[in-house]
Amino acid sequence: MTEQKEKTTIVLFSGDMDKAIAAFIIANGAAAYDHEVTIFFTFWGLNTMRRDEVVKVKKGFLEKAFGWMMPRGAKKLGLSNMHYMGMGPKLIKHVMKKHNALTLPQLIELAQEQGVKLVACTMTMDLLGLQQEELIPGMEYAGVAGYLGDAVDAKVNLFI
Amino acid sequence: MEITKVVDTKGMACPMPIVKVKKALDTLESGQVMEVQSTDKGSLNDFQAWVKQTNHELVKHEEEQGVYKFFVRKK
Repeated sequence: MTEQKEKTTIVLFSGDMDKAIAAFIIANGAAAYDHEVTIFFTFWGLNTMRRDEVVKVKKGFLEKAFGWMMPRGAKKLGLSNMHYMGMGPKLIKHVMKKHNALTLPQLIELAQEQGVKLVACTMTMDLLGLQQEELIPGMEYAGVAGYLGDAVDAKVNLFI
Repeated sequence: MEITKVVDTKGMACPMPIVKVKKALDTLESGQVMEVQSTDKGSLNDFQAWVKQTNHELVKHEEEQGVYKFFVRKK
């Protein structure tokens, strides 16, 4: 195809399951609109892309502590509202199943299948002590310039 | 009207219907028509918007006992 595709970019800053679901639904919808879609993960949003198993990497004490305190992957995220010490996410997963809604891991897989570009912010990875090996495969790595390079051409631009 | 493909999205939740439809449409040739079935109450607005933006044609749509049918011609 010779015509230029429309673009959509999303910044996922939050590490809440409900917000991540919203971001991935919009990303998948935009991909179905035949847009080139980029999700840029920064700060707590990076935890969405963490592998759920423990990855052996060399780290200092502070980085290790961050690693223990932060949720390990999409299945472990909490809710932004009605978290109720972990009961909320269980409840949400139950009603999502009832309504045939895709789970967050399924939405992520679908996004990858649809060619959504997943970009991790390297500066905040350093701050939170996350290394590339700890994130799911297929990610790209960039900074603010990389994100803006996509965002200037995008009509849809969200910060979640 | 000849229907080349029928896409059943009954019972599926957002964003699956539109994702399925996009995938199905990619397999069609220009001018071919597909029928989409959906039970999502938002699907009429969704498909009208999607067809407009992607420049395909919504030939007609109908609703029967809670099942929406859309006939889309690929540009």
